[in-house]
Amino acid sequence: MKSLKALGSKLATAREQIDILEHGIDHEHPVSTFPFAENLRNIGLLPLKPTELEIFQINMGKMCNQVCQHCHVDAGPDRKEIMTRDTMQQCLEALKNNPSFKTVDLTGGAPEMNPDFRWFVGEIRKLEKKIIVRCNLTIILANKKYHDLPEFFKSHEIEVVSSLPFYAKDRTDKQRGTGVFEDSIKALKKLNETGYGMEGSGLILNLVYNPSGAFMPAAQNSLEKEYKEVLKRDFNIVFNSLFTITNIPISRYLDYLIKSGNFEKYMDKLISAFNPVAAQNVMCRNTLSIGWDGYIYDCDFNQMLDMKVACDSQHVSEFNSDALKNRSILVNQHCYGCTAGAGSSCGGAVA
Amino acid sequence: MANHYYNAEDLGKFGSIGEFQKPMADKFFAWYGEVFGEGHLTAKEKSLIALAVAHAVQCPYCIDAYSTDAFEKGFSEAQMMEAIHVAAAIKGGAALVHGTQMMNKVKEISM
Repeated sequence: MKSLKALGSKLATAREQIDILEHGIDHEHPVSTFPFAENLRNIGLLPLKPTELEIFQINMGKMCNQVCQHCHVDAGPDRKEIMTRDTMQQCLEALKNNPSFKTVDLTGGAPEMNPDFRWFVGEIRKLEKKIIVRCNLTIILANKKYHDLPEFFKSHEIEVVSSLPFYAKDRTDKQRGTGVFEDSIKALKKLNETGYGMEGSGLILNLVYNPSGAFMPAAQNSLEKEYKEVLKRDFNIVFNSLFTITNIPISRYLDYLIKSGNFEKYMDKLISAFNPVAAQNVMCRNTLSIGWDGYIYDCDFNQMLDMKVACDSQHVSEFNSDALKNRSILVNQHCYGCTAGAGSSCGGAVA
Repeated sequence: MANHYYNAEDLGKFGSIGEFQKPMADKFFAWYGEVFGEGHLTAKEKSLIALAVAHAVQCPYCIDAYSTDAFEKGFSEAQMMEAIHVAAAIKGGAALVHGTQMMNKVKEISM
C-alpha cells in the first residue's frame, strides 16, 4: 500500500479534502453541511479561543514504517518529509521561552525514524517538560537500531502512547496491515518487561483505540476494562489507560469513507452526535501543533488540511505566545469528529 | 407519501414520533434509555440481545442500529452471527414445538 501522495490521489491535497467536507463528493451526493461554526455559535463558543498554551505537539515527519488505512497524516515509508535539527532548535527555543507549556507531545509518522529524534528528546528533557511519544509499537521491532527504544524511553521518563485499534488480530490487521497485531503484542511485552505499564514503576503506557471502520468508538471506560481483561488473560500484557479516538474524516480515512460509500452517513452521524460539553473541551484550546517544516497549527488535523493558525505567529521561528493565545482557532466540518458523542482528543474522550 | 414502506433515513427520525404524541414518546425514550444503560447486565450484553431480538422481530431499523452498536461495542462478526442463530433457533423451535399440538389433534381425530 502506498500513500495518497505517492498514488497521485486528488485527496492528497488539502483543498480537495476541504471541498468534499464542505460540499460533498463532486458536489452531487448530498452531505449534511450544517456548518460546524454555527453549532459553536449556538452555544456561545464562537470565535473559539484557546484556554491556555499547555501542550506543544510536534509532528516530526510523515515518514513511517506502516501504512495504516485510516492515517490522517497520509504517512508511510514513501514519505520523506521530516523535521530538520534547525527546526527542532527553534522548537526548543519556543519551549524555553514559554513555561506555560508543560507537555511536549511527539508524533508523526513514526517520530523515532527521524535521525535527530534521540538528540531532540535529550534536549527537551533538559527543559524539564513532560514528554509523550506516540509510538506505533511495530517500529520497536522494525530494525535492530530501534530494539532499545523501550530502554531509551525509560531513561528519559517518556510517557508512551501507542495505537492498538483492537485487542483482537482481525480488526487490528485490517486497519494497520497484516502482521501488525502480532508485532504490536511483541512490542507491548518488551515495554512491559522494561517496566512500562507496570504498577509502581511510574512508567506510563497508554493505549489508543480507534474504530476500524465507519463507526464511532464505544464508551472509553467499558472498552478500557475489556482491553485490560483480554490483554492480561490472552497475552499477560498490562497498561495504564485506554484513549478512545474518533477517526476524523480527512486524508486516508476520508478516502476510505468515500470508497466504501460511507462518507455521507458517517458525517451525518458525527453531526447529529454534536455534544456541547465535548466542544467546550476540545484539545485545540490548550494545544499547539507544529508541522515538520515548523509551521504552527491549531491541531494535527488542521495541519494536514494546511490551515495555519490565524495570527501573525505562523512559524515556530517567529513564535509569539501573546499572538497565539489571543488567536481564534480555525474550524471546519472535520471538527465534528472531536465533538461527537463523548468527544475525542489525543488524550481520548473529553466529555 | 413514499412508494415503499421502509426508508433507511427514517431511522434517524425516530425521535420525532413525539411530534404527534409527546408525553408518551418522552416516557418511551426515557424508559428506552434506562433499559439500555449499564445495569445488572452490561450495556454491551444488552446490545447483543437487542441484535438477536431485532432479527427475531425482523425490524430493518433495529437491525441497522444494533448491527452498528454491537460492532462498535466490540463484538466480533462470528459472535454477532451466533446471536442471530440463537434468535433463528428460537423462532424455528417455536414453529416446530407447535408440531406437538398438531400431533395431539391428529391423534384425537384419527382411529
